[in-house]
Amino acid sequence: MIKLDAKNRTNSADMGYTEIKDPLNKVGNFLPEKTKIKAGNLNFYYGKTHTLKDINLNIYEKKVTAIIGPSGCGKSTFIRLLNRMNDFVADSRAEGEILIDENNIFGKTADPVEIRKRVGMVFQKPNPFPKSIFDNIAYGLEINGAKDRFYIEEKVVNSLKKSALFEEIRHRLRDNALGLSGGQQQRLCIARCIAIEPEIILFDEPCASLDPISTAKIEELILELKKDYTIVIVTHNMQQALRVSDYTAFFLMGELIEYNTTKKIFENPSDRRTEDYITGRFG
Amino acid sequence: MAKKGEKIKEKLIEYFLFALSLASLVFLAGIVVTLFRESLPAFRDIGFFRMIAGRDWYPTYDPPDFGILPLIAGSFLVTLISILISVPLGLAGAVYISELAGKKEKAFLKPALELLSSIPSVVYGFWGMVFLAPFLQKHLELSTGYCALAAGIVLGIMSTPIIASLSEDALNYVPRAFKEASYALGANRWETVTRVIIPSAASGIITSVILGTGRAIGETMVVLMISGGSAILPQSFLEPVRPMTSAIAAEMGEAAFGTPHYHSLFAIALILFGITFVLNLAAEMIAKKFRLKLGASR
Ligand SMILES: Nc1ncnc2c1ncn2[C@@H]1O[C@H](COP(=O)(O)OP(=O)(O)OP(=O)(O)O)[C@@H](O)[C@H]1O
Ligand SMILES: [Mg+2]
Repeated sequence: MIKLDAKNRTNSADMGYTEIKDPLNKVGNFLPEKTKIKAGNLNFYYGKTHTLKDINLNIYEKKVTAIIGPSGCGKSTFIRLLNRMNDFVADSRAEGEILIDENNIFGKTADPVEIRKRVGMVFQKPNPFPKSIFDNIAYGLEINGAKDRFYIEEKVVNSLKKSALFEEIRHRLRDNALGLSGGQQQRLCIARCIAIEPEIILFDEPCASLDPISTAKIEELILELKKDYTIVIVTHNMQQALRVSDYTAFFLMGELIEYNTTKKIFENPSDRRTEDYITGRFG
Repeated sequence: MAKKGEKIKEKLIEYFLFALSLASLVFLAGIVVTLFRESLPAFRDIGFFRMIAGRDWYPTYDPPDFGILPLIAGSFLVTLISILISVPLGLAGAVYISELAGKKEKAFLKPALELLSSIPSVVYGFWGMVFLAPFLQKHLELSTGYCALAAGIVLGIMSTPIIASLSEDALNYVPRAFKEASYALGANRWETVTRVIIPSAASGIITSVILGTGRAIGETMVVLMISGGSAILPQSFLEPVRPMTSAIAAEMGEAAFGTPHYHSLFAIALILFGITFVLNLAAEMIAKKFRLKLGASR
């Protein structure tokens, strides 16, 4: 494992990122990061449109990485590549590689179904199934091979507790999930996702349709989840990126303009365009 | 000035459309009233239960018998066989087109289905007469191939495209978000189709089955041509039967106006109308529930 770390460290250094040694990043108690996901020369096309251009990016284990950038710059496209959700987009094409734990997820032997079990996703619009709250979570467990009722019940309750929803709905587990409020639905989607214990969770603007209180709850949750999961979050909310993330990547028109610690990006960006964006001068 | 002209024109069109929809309501009411008025004497003179439960249909004998149980049984048997064929075939077709077929296949299959469901029933009936009935007679060694099974098979084939087409619409209507949620959890296509997409479209699918069933019950030409026409309580699906529709169609011409026979045919029509009415109502109610349910998540 340590060997791998060393290898990845050199890789990220090769790519010109020096964020790890950034003086603004917790001077003194520096811990080397382990690369969980590595995008290398990643290009993506919708038909003939070149949507992602030569993305090189390392995402670190058990850190929160925020993806920011103006609408249409390719944030969703990027994170949907990480769990191969773009497979469903007809007439689209990816080039380059994405390594998760050193394995190329576009490799010939890679199985998208297996990848999605390891890389969970929470969508912009809460999308619980039109089933009961309980079944929403049980479904994921069952397709992952769980059969024992007690095990499933325990898992359902635990994941609801983890996503800070259990107390609110403990007497309504058999009710249809579509009857929950938007914020509760989104926490249910998070519960559904963590129940199957992925290694990575992708959030695509998880708070876009939520009120400030629900948003605060979900941000709290993300910080809590960071202990166990590698998290990537797309957000339009600069404050949110600042509050929850350790690293921030700024995308613009399909290119990765700047990637560094969140602190560095927000306090002292190296690129003018990054500065313009985070200070709200455009986008 | 031009504006005012426009407005008057719009108003006129509106009134015209209103009158049209009113007219269709009036026609419907007229039909219902006629059905009731003409069938009432039958129920009154013969008795509702004696008709419904009567096992003998000899309307032209002396004394005549007006038991329509054999006719109801004929309709039921033929429809049952038809459902057993059309529901699995129609659903499989719908799932295939909506979830498995490629773009090109879809572009071909969907219109093909619609074309199939617009073929006149006499064509299906004709196929049943010249091909299916002789085929069954030969291979099942029947005294006649014109039987409930033959009619049921043809009806089943006929209503399959309806069920497939309507179910496919229902499957298509399932929000993409549900599918994405399922795949994102690591479900494969089979799990997603059977455990998320089909249950989400359940009400729409049930509606399509009900409408397909209604089509089979109400279908006249096919059963007239190949059900065999025997108004005897069938002991098996290999026997000839006379479903309600074919009894009406075959006998209305010979029943003298105002006779008990005449009125009892109207009574059969009223019962048939009641059945299809209830089926359509059920379909409508389920469809409404379906819209409400999905509406919350859209
Ligand atoms: N399925 C698709 N087919 C074709 N083009 C698409 C498709 N999805 C997205 N695009 C285009 O790709 C570009 C990037 O889209 P993407 O959804 O990744 O942007 P985004 O950064 O997530 O934007 P937003 O902040 O609005 O969510 C946009 O120009 C978009 O129009
Ligand atoms: Mg997006």
